[in-house]
Amino acid sequence: MEIGYYPGCALHGSSNDYETSVRACLDALGVRLREVNDWICCGATAAHCINRQLSIALPARNLALAERDGFGEVLAPCPLCSMELLKAEQVLRTDDAMRKRVGQIIELEVDAKTDVLNLIQVFQKIGVEQIKAAVARPLEHIQAACYYGCLLTRPAETLRFDDCERPSSMETLLEALGSKTVDWNYKTECCGAGLTMANEDSVLELSHKILANAASHGANCVVVACPMCHVNLDMKQEDIERRYSVRHDMAIYYLSDLVGMALGLSDDALGINRHFVYRG
Amino acid sequence: VSAGAIASEPGGVALPGIFNAGDCYQCGKCTAGCPVADRMDLMPNQIVRLVQLGQVEKAAGSHAIWECVSCHTCTARCPKSVDCAGLMDSLRQLSVERAAPAPGQSRTVLFQKAFLRNIRRNGRLNELELIGAFKTSAFLQDLEMPFLFRNAMLAPRLGLRGKLKLNGAKVRDRELVERIFDRCLSEAEN
Repeated sequence: MEIGYYPGCALHGSSNDYETSVRACLDALGVRLREVNDWICCGATAAHCINRQLSIALPARNLALAERDGFGEVLAPCPLCSMELLKAEQVLRTDDAMRKRVGQIIELEVDAKTDVLNLIQVFQKIGVEQIKAAVARPLEHIQAACYYGCLLTRPAETLRFDDCERPSSMETLLEALGSKTVDWNYKTECCGAGLTMANEDSVLELSHKILANAASHGANCVVVACPMCHVNLDMKQEDIERRYSVRHDMAIYYLSDLVGMALGLSDDALGINRHFVYRG
Repeated sequence: VSAGAIASEPGGVALPGIFNAGDCYQCGKCTAGCPVADRMDLMPNQIVRLVQLGQVEKAAGSHAIWECVSCHTCTARCPKSVDCAGLMDSLRQLSVERAAPAPGQSRTVLFQKAFLRNIRRNGRLNELELIGAFKTSAFLQDLEMPFLFRNAMLAPRLGLRGKLKLNGAKVRDRELVERIFDRCLSEAEN
């Protein structure tokens, strides 16, 4: 299988361990990723805070590029990117005048008919049964707290994915690979997302609550499918521990880390050894 | 207030966008689910009420809109389909356009602006450049030395993990990105 790929800035920046993991894992499952040619930033949080037109035009340019490259489906492993792409698509599909004006702004016509997929949806496309059949090392030692955060399921009418109050798609996949999953309270709470630098105080508080709740429900790791969730829970974990005088020592895995692990890939191949919390 | 309509006080500012704010009956579910409500000066339901009453400028001058983490929980749980998260965006845009963010929230505003300048120049985010530009502009504003150097020790640790790129990626057609920005920002002015 071959699909379009929109890495977004994070996966080509300090979250490049996520890209390593996604690529290694999907490669092992026979999925070839073809990067959208000369993609630009989706505008992230900054665009929608400052200028609405920009928050539609930047993702629209990427949708138009994907169309030009002939991709019907595009994987955007960062949920902020995939949400921004889908939000723009929703506006462009329902407002034809806007679609034409945006086409002029971005210097490319845009149909807005690309299927933008998150990482979980790509695993679902491959098929849980097919992934299960490829398992080399069942995840018997894993007690996962599946953490969805905000933008994998919200806004619900834009994303139309899973249940935004009680999602279960990661649990379904991981349990098929031999993992146990825990029932816990913070799976759709926010970690503070992109405010890591601008408002560190909020991020530390929100992320601390998530880690504490996962631990108190018996998890030995938290599983994410978002680069920002990983930064806040993994990279900032030491700062959280210092601030709240606790020891979390909680491994934070990308979903593709655990799938890759079950397929028999090494920590090195998946980039797990580059996480801040790494037990070796 | 009629359904969906955003009223404005006589001589007040009208808010672009439809958020169904008129439909709010103050059940407070948005505030109950908000992960950062305890950091806000005005609760999300109070922000919606101000907009209903046409007091858009007061809402746009609040700390609340910059404490909001855009998690969309409020919108997801609203029984009347008020798009509270969309409303927060619109209020932030208005506050930036009128150069009137609440005092004390300017650091968050500086960050978002530095982020956009970075994208405008490179087409994609250059993290090191963003950190440098944000810290410098925050220092010039607050003259606060500890913030300038906070997390500086993260750099070598990121480097050790191959997570620090000294020459960030740039898109090939950077002039096009400039043109997209020019067109969007000039529309906002008109």
